[in-house]
Amino acid sequence: MLTQLASRILRAMAAAIASTFLISTATAQNITGAGATFPAPIYSTWGEDYAKAGGDRLNYQALGSGAGVTQIINRTVDFGASDSPVAKEKLEKEKLLQFPAVIGAVVVIVNVPGVDGTKIHLTGDLLGEIYVGRVRMWNDAKIAALNPTLKLPQIPISPAYRADSSGTTSIFTKYLSGVSPIFKERTGAGNSVAWRTGLGAPGNAGVAAAVKNIKGGIGYVEFAYAADNGMQALKLANKDGKFITPTVPAFLEAATHADWEKAENMAASMLSMPGAGSWPIVSPTFILVPRNAKDPSRVQRVLKYVDWSFKNGAAAADRLHYIMLPPEVQDRVRAQWATLSAGGKPLWPAN
Amino acid sequence: MSSAMNTATPAAKHTAIGARKLHPADTAFRLSLLSAGAIVVIVLLSILTIMFIGGKLAFDTFGLGFIWGTEWNPVTKIYGALPAITGTLITAALALLIAWPIGFGIAFFLTEICPVRLRTPLGVAIELLAAVPSIVYGMWGFFVLAPFMSEYVQPWLTATFIWIPPIGDSFFWFTAPPIGVGLLTASLILAIMILPFIAATTRDVLQQTPQLLKDGAYAMGATRWEALTGAVIPSVRGSLFGAVFLGLGRALGETMAVVFVIGNAIRMPDSIMAPSATIASVVANNFPEAEPGTLDLAVLLALGFLLFVVSFGVLAVARLLLRQERMS
Repeated sequence: MLTQLASRILRAMAAAIASTFLISTATAQNITGAGATFPAPIYSTWGEDYAKAGGDRLNYQALGSGAGVTQIINRTVDFGASDSPVAKEKLEKEKLLQFPAVIGAVVVIVNVPGVDGTKIHLTGDLLGEIYVGRVRMWNDAKIAALNPTLKLPQIPISPAYRADSSGTTSIFTKYLSGVSPIFKERTGAGNSVAWRTGLGAPGNAGVAAAVKNIKGGIGYVEFAYAADNGMQALKLANKDGKFITPTVPAFLEAATHADWEKAENMAASMLSMPGAGSWPIVSPTFILVPRNAKDPSRVQRVLKYVDWSFKNGAAAADRLHYIMLPPEVQDRVRAQWATLSAGGKPLWPAN
Repeated sequence: MSSAMNTATPAAKHTAIGARKLHPADTAFRLSLLSAGAIVVIVLLSILTIMFIGGKLAFDTFGLGFIWGTEWNPVTKIYGALPAITGTLITAALALLIAWPIGFGIAFFLTEICPVRLRTPLGVAIELLAAVPSIVYGMWGFFVLAPFMSEYVQPWLTATFIWIPPIGDSFFWFTAPPIGVGLLTASLILAIMILPFIAATTRDVLQQTPQLLKDGAYAMGATRWEALTGAVIPSVRGSLFGAVFLGLGRALGETMAVVFVIGNAIRMPDSIMAPSATIASVVANNFPEAEPGTLDLAVLLALGFLLFVVSFGVLAVARLLLRQERMS
């Protein structure tokens, strides 16, 4: 009872904070969104371009996936954004429609003195052993066996991870749990997990900086951070046993193998996809809109913004190292929108 | 209300002015002072209550094991606060150990040895240290101090103190991979952050030492050291502890700077340089994603409650020591 009261107070506070942000730009027609930090740069850029093209103005708060889900459940924003898909039961209970908006990839960066990190080969299983502290030195026999041509130094491996709870961690640990039994048993998957070794740094930028600073460091970041900071990203073995360099074509190939047919609520997995050229750690990020909105026109505004971005956002996505949904998946998303209705009238296609 | 106050301060009745009936303005003034004092207590108690209520689910789920548990696992939803409590206490204690002698040295230098012309600029410089936002300390620690520690300090410490026998197979003192961040680096950053508080307060205390005492000591032929240890310190000993409490309070609760340099590992540290976590850093890292009504959020609020209790306990013990010191 009392805990309910406390949580209600907290919700009210969150709503109050959100509304102060809203008031400041209340004069223009606004779309408000909140949630995942990972897609925040591309959502904002699309929002700016959309406004320039005469559309509504987007106000996106990058508060984290958990906060995004909470805010859309409380209906304090027009849409919520989450890196990990929301469970089916929760979507039904809270009357939410979930759809993917854009695709991102997580890459593994390294700093091994005297070795070109982009030439290092690792398997997912070995990466799991590194992240539970089973493999502790760079010249470990298991690593050497995969990299016979490299002269690996005798220095400890320092795994870096996200200190804050994050969707990137969720994607990375989900991948490791799928390919490394020991990681699944000892650590498991989630937005924040019990790391058995290594150090935590705040944010993607923090992990990138930690790996840069520490000799023998290894860490996982969104592809954009590795690309922008000139970090060395290693090659990971994919499901077909091929060692893949993380590049946009490799992410795209993984995305095309996702099974949208079977995916409930469009929560298709793109981890460890088959295909000779597929990068193994790719994931869509999701948008949540209410099915029973008080003001259906607000939902329509969100859909129009996303539709415009699907049609015109490829250049921005490319620049920021995100991957567009394949066109046939975009059509699937639009088909989902058509299931939304208010007062018997479908909300999509909007006009 | 006002009659209750009158009985609370009977002395006022016997003075010449207090014998009169209180002027309305006087009553208003008293009331406003009373409410100013009451606000502190009310805010303190309500924070404590809200955090306890919010964290009750955690205490109900884990009982006292929440305090003693060493496993912190968001996946299996098993939460034990001991790693965070340990990290909090170790960093605060180490920071104090580093900052206290230096702060005292600065204060004594400023009051006794420093040329008068330099006193003001030096004093201002120290106070400016206190005005630097903690995020700046954090980023400086992460980007400048941590690489320096990992490159030079940690390898040297490991090599120099390798002879210290480990405690069982769980604590290896200075033997750790040189990753730069961890308990020691966090303690150093905290020490720098609390230094100005300790230095400034100690300086003010030392300035209050009766000049007569010091002159007396010097007249007896005492050296500066003898005057300091024999005359100045004994006369202000109690107040010197007060300076330390201020620093301790800040070290226990500091959040942003610590998040950057402590390494954020919620497990029991296996060396003085191991990555660790403090209560405040754990709460800061996990709060944005904790959903209302869940155990995750309850655990964080319970941690906040524990930090309150730990800070309160440490300060209470310190005051107790001080009282015994005064009585002896």
